[in-house]
Amino acid sequence: MAYSDKVIDHYENPRNVGSFDKSDAQVGTGMVGAPACGDVMKLQIKVNAQGVIEDARFKTYGCGSAIASSSLVTEWVKGRSLDEAETIRNTKIAEELALPPVKIHCSILAEDAIKAAIADYRRKHGDLSDAPVPAQPARAA
Amino acid sequence: MNATCNYFKLFDLPVAFVLDPARLDEAYRSVQRQVHPDRFAGASDAERRLAMQRATLANEAYATLRQPLARALHILALRGVDANAGGGARMQPGFLARQLEWREAVAQARAARDAAALERLQQELQGEKDGRYEGLGGLLGGRQDEQAAEAARELMFIEKLEAEIGDGIEALEAG
Repeated sequence: MAYSDKVIDHYENPRNVGSFDKSDAQVGTGMVGAPACGDVMKLQIKVNAQGVIEDARFKTYGCGSAIASSSLVTEWVKGRSLDEAETIRNTKIAEELALPPVKIHCSILAEDAIKAAIADYRRKHGDLSDAPVPAQPARAA
Repeated sequence: MNATCNYFKLFDLPVAFVLDPARLDEAYRSVQRQVHPDRFAGASDAERRLAMQRATLANEAYATLRQPLARALHILALRGVDANAGGGARMQPGFLARQLEWREAVAQARAARDAAALERLQQELQGEKDGRYEGLGGLLGGRQDEQAAEAARELMFIEKLEAEIGDGIEALEAG
């Protein structure tokens, strides 16, 4: 199957590969996986005091389309508010990357990952539940 | 899609995760003998076509039953459970984190051309995989289908990981 030029570009020059410290209060981490293809994706956002995503990182182990989808999402979310970033839909990702129907699930995975990262950030800040913010894990003595 | 064809029944085997490979091989050869084209040289077109369809089905059934994961998924499908949940299954974060660690370790070993590290990972994974298949067999036997489906989904990642390690070792051996 032929990949589009945009997929190849993101695959060969992935943007924002790497990790943030997931215990950092500014960081939201989303981890998702697709059993059928065994792809695993981690997407992280760093949110500033104004609630704007100032940086993003990803690590994806999977096919070119999965890597390209997550790479693209890290580019798209920078500078956006959490609410704006939450509106990213897999259809837009698939359209931008010209993904064929059999690779649509890769864009769904990327949408799930950004949503999970936002939910994780909000959970840390107690936005979604009445539960207190979980205490930082105790350091080993 | 119509109801899942029971591959166990095709080979006259009990529907069970634990399966004697020799018995499966024998049953497969027996069906293949029955539908061999030589036996239908003088038969009608309809009979020949039917024999060919049965041969194809037997090949599919054999390929499915000899692989433990495919076998488990088939048993679940017979019970009306789609372990893959149409691709929408959510995995546990702890499991995914562990998967990411494994995949990272494989990528690092490949980049460092460290065959010994890949072989260590392969051995470690083999132990993990054996334990997980044993657990899956227990869940299927106990008809805990939802837990079995979750265990099967996790094994889909483990199988993929194993293939990645295998590819890495092969690539290093190829120079």
